[in-house]
Amino acid sequence: MAQAITDKDGVKRYLITLNVNGDAHTLLVKGNAILTNVLREQLDLTGTKKGCELGDCGSCTVLLDGKPVDSCLVLAIEADGREITTIEGVMENGRLDAIQESMINHAAVQCGYCTPGMVLSAKALLTRNPNPSEQEVREAISGNLCRCTGYVHIVEAVMATAQGRLTPDDH
Amino acid sequence: MYVPDFEYHAPKSVAEACAILAELGDRATVLAGGTDVLHKMKVGKLAPEHLVSLKHLDELRDIREEPGRVVIGALASHNQIYTSRLLQRRYLSLPMAAHTMASNQICNLGTVGGNIVNGVPSADLPPILIALNASIRLTSAHGERTMPLEDFFHGSAQTRIEQGEILTEIEIPDQASTGSTYLKFGLRRSGALAVAAAAVSVQVAGETLHGVRIVLASAAPTVIRVTGAERSLVGRRIDDDLLAEAGYLAAQASSPRDSIRGSAEYRRNLVEVLTKRALRKAIDEGHA
Repeated sequence: MAQAITDKDGVKRYLITLNVNGDAHTLLVKGNAILTNVLREQLDLTGTKKGCELGDCGSCTVLLDGKPVDSCLVLAIEADGREITTIEGVMENGRLDAIQESMINHAAVQCGYCTPGMVLSAKALLTRNPNPSEQEVREAISGNLCRCTGYVHIVEAVMATAQGRLTPDDH
Repeated sequence: MYVPDFEYHAPKSVAEACAILAELGDRATVLAGGTDVLHKMKVGKLAPEHLVSLKHLDELRDIREEPGRVVIGALASHNQIYTSRLLQRRYLSLPMAAHTMASNQICNLGTVGGNIVNGVPSADLPPILIALNASIRLTSAHGERTMPLEDFFHGSAQTRIEQGEILTEIEIPDQASTGSTYLKFGLRRSGALAVAAAAVSVQVAGETLHGVRIVLASAAPTVIRVTGAERSLVGRRIDDDLLAEAGYLAAQASSPRDSIRGSAEYRRNLVEVLTKRALRKAIDEGHA
């Protein structure tokens, strides 16, 4: 169990390690610290958004050991020692991920608030299933609510990314 | 949204978890996937002094085949159930029910044990597990006991789990059933609670049913089995009228309430239709 440290005011904090986007961060968190808040406030990774904070909207989606989860329903201490990918970790070698490029090209972003979560849900899908059907794409992002562009362009963007991967030189 | 602070425990074994729970009594709440417990803490419905996390109890995540039964660890996530080759092969209706549960994000966090212990009448896994005659194993510092899942619920959010107990395993006995199905009507695909749902398992023998179990969700204060409808089916020639009659009897036995998701009358209608359709689907599967 994570080492506990009690400060002079009697507040107990726990020493945890979060492996975020490939970097190990050792952090002091209270037991009730929510993963979304720790990512945003202690690690300045503000790409992870706060929406409903109750696991309905998906704007706080991160990958936990490669799987999409609502980080608003995860205690930071529960993620101790685990691998987390946020939207900041999707870019590689200074280049946007193919899904991000495709979402730009398909105008799949309006206000942008749902976009980080959408990208991560899509990324997890394409890693697991490189050639999804449209139905599978819709299902994979069904836990991510978009309230402006609608889903048509987002689904098109993900489908195009998947099809683009048939020719690896494409991006 | 604020989560009230608590003392955190992360025991390394079931025995250690039980010892902590025995010592803390009603001051402690068990944390599994967190999708219900943290939700309740955020909306102010729950503020435990102590939270006992089961995250280190990896032995409770297994889904395995044993002589005479399939055992599902209580910490298996909904997506683990959905993607389990073993369950897809043995009881496909269960992975399909797990898939209707909620969004992918929630299905990666939430556990089958949590879905059961939470005790709500709209839970997706208990109906099909009861239709498959599942039992549960409850462990405490005083020992272990098993009970049919059917006997576990006794009112909305009321279960027979006792203070200090942890739900550790769910067991599905090998059975003669030839088909099973879970049909749910929800208002949206993702995260939608059932407006009404029906789970059935059937044992088809030629033109008649040897055995049948029908379980309803969101149709009464608790998940219920409708034995009157079951009895009406056994030994009689299977045809559309027979299944329609069973649907009618299931609807009569239900006692749904008016809520934001649907009126009682509407739900009773849904029960009738869903029961009939679920029976047809399970029977056709039985013939296949």
